[in-house]
Amino acid sequence: MTARTAWVTLGAVAALVVAVALAFSVGRYPVAPGDLAALAWSKLTGAPSGVAPTVEAIVWSVRGPRIGAALAIGAALAAAGAAYQSLFRNPLVSPDILGVSGGAAVGAVLGIFFALPILAIQGLAFAFGLVAVALVYLIATAVRGHDPLLVLVLAGVLVGALLGACVALLKVLADPYNQLPVITFWLLGSLAGAAPVDLASALPAIAVGFFPLWLLRWRVNLLSLGDEEARAMGVETTRVRVAVIASATLMTAAAVSIAGIVGWIGLVIPHFARLAVGPDFGRLLPVSAVLGAAFLLLVDTLARTAARIEVPLGVLTAFVGTPLFLWQLVRSRRSWQ
Amino acid sequence: MNRRRFAAAAATLVAASALPRAASAQAVRGEVVDDAGRKVRVPARAARIFASGPPASILVFAVAPDALIGWTTPFRPAERPYVAPKYADLPALGRLTGRGNTANVEVVIAAKPDVIVDYGAINDTYVSLADRVQQQTGIPYLLLDGAFDRISASLRTIGALAGDEARGEDLATYARATVDDVTQRVARVPAAKRPRLYYARGPRGLDTGLAGSINMEVIDRMGATNVAASMGRGGLVQVSLEQVLAWNPEVIVTTDPTWFASVRRDPLWRPVAAVASGRVHLAPAEPFGWIDFPPSINRLVGLRWLGRILYPDAFPEDLRPAVREFYTRCYHQAPTEAQLATLIATAERTPPA
Repeated sequence: MTARTAWVTLGAVAALVVAVALAFSVGRYPVAPGDLAALAWSKLTGAPSGVAPTVEAIVWSVRGPRIGAALAIGAALAAAGAAYQSLFRNPLVSPDILGVSGGAAVGAVLGIFFALPILAIQGLAFAFGLVAVALVYLIATAVRGHDPLLVLVLAGVLVGALLGACVALLKVLADPYNQLPVITFWLLGSLAGAAPVDLASALPAIAVGFFPLWLLRWRVNLLSLGDEEARAMGVETTRVRVAVIASATLMTAAAVSIAGIVGWIGLVIPHFARLAVGPDFGRLLPVSAVLGAAFLLLVDTLARTAARIEVPLGVLTAFVGTPLFLWQLVRSRRSWQ
Repeated sequence: MNRRRFAAAAATLVAASALPRAASAQAVRGEVVDDAGRKVRVPARAARIFASGPPASILVFAVAPDALIGWTTPFRPAERPYVAPKYADLPALGRLTGRGNTANVEVVIAAKPDVIVDYGAINDTYVSLADRVQQQTGIPYLLLDGAFDRISASLRTIGALAGDEARGEDLATYARATVDDVTQRVARVPAAKRPRLYYARGPRGLDTGLAGSINMEVIDRMGATNVAASMGRGGLVQVSLEQVLAWNPEVIVTTDPTWFASVRRDPLWRPVAAVASGRVHLAPAEPFGWIDFPPSINRLVGLRWLGRILYPDAFPEDLRPAVREFYTRCYHQAPTEAQLATLIATAERTPPA
């Protein structure tokens, strides 16, 4: 089992390295392999590269941040998805089950509606994502006498529907020629504009969300046995649950605020990971993160090279991922739980 | 009675109950054929016109402002000063067609229009919608073709509809003269002197229009080479910054003020030739956009503006008189000197900060 995990992790990391190398070497702007090698060499040694400044800007300021953002966001969404699925003991749960994507969408659409700068749109998306989940959690704790997990999911679905209605309302009120296309593009997700500043704002939040999940990995395993059993083993279920939800939400909100709504990864990548290494959260979390990073990077590389226009990520993740997942599902006989 | 027959019966009932509205006191001019080939009975002089979308509002406002019974959306604070208060204060009644129907049919009926006018693309969806609304409300519904070449014809149609043929003819002549003058000047510009242009939309400046997109109609007409046309025909799409850098356009025209304000300080955009040489231009949008949306006669004023930006040699004259004339003729209020200065400010080159 551990040998298998080691191999899977090694394979995933190798896939990641190949994906990064591939992503750096393709794009709409022609960059000669020699230039790429010279730039990498100058980065390592600090020697001047002798490459044209525009090419250098393409590689380090356009492709670099975009690759970094794809890795971070893919990892964040997949890790958050794994956390939510373990927490809710339900394989059909995705990171937006508690309304974080819906909240982020309302925030971003508000920002677009009021024609705010990009940073403000991202800030609003992030804040609204967090507020939405906080609201869901408050509603769930206020309602007593039911299965707490069920109430939480139900509150998430309800608030999510309400947020969806808010987005729809804003779309109706938005300028159909000017703002509506921007809203549509945002809701489909894209990394077309990823800049170094995006990475600087999203990475800390994603890191801050990831480490608590890693530290809590054994308790999350116990939680997946059910509340009664977990409490019998001395786990403070409520606190752990709050910590897991807060961490996963932080990661998802940061990811969505930069990339827009990128569906599918948080739902399906944890399944790939589970099929590969089993349900133990200590293994599931890092493998999900690495697979998610590699998958989103691959999809985003496709998104910016397949056609000359940008293909929306939300579309491409599903088109690429669904057949892959079905193939994996048929091939594998590993147990679900 | 099966479901379909019940629905048909119900529709007839609704139509019948609404019909008395149609029998207004207006003298009936008789049948006209609209641009979709539909035969519509219209009154001799339509004193109240409901414009079903923003393009129709602007068209009707230009020819017959006193017949316009409302706008589709309220004016924003920045747009309002360019329109005389008695027109700017007309109610916002919502739009009846297009993406999302925000007008309530009862509100439309209550506004007692003599005729409903839709101005834009004509296809089976819009034809069936027009038939449906006309049947439901009993109000004649005219579809006018929004193609740029049909602007003069549409101005005449509205003039005739509102019982002011002379006004329609006057504006039609003005529009034709403007288009002809600009077209002739552009035709004399050699191909080598036509700059490669990128049209930037959206808060990141990374949305653009493909060849043949309605968003590019005015830019294409001005003979600029749309760099995105190399990707084929279509509508609005997203592109990557890397792609824009590869195109390296000589001129960028945008409709996004937020992006326009930030691009000159953005190191990522600095390598683009247009940014380095200060040839990034924000299209004015008050009270209506100059080059793209709404796709109506408001785009006429953008022709000379683009001419000045693209071919300073062929368009050496001051933009102000032409802008003043357009606003006075079509929006019924001469802009102040300060307003004129604001409107044409972005036609000038602005070196990077």
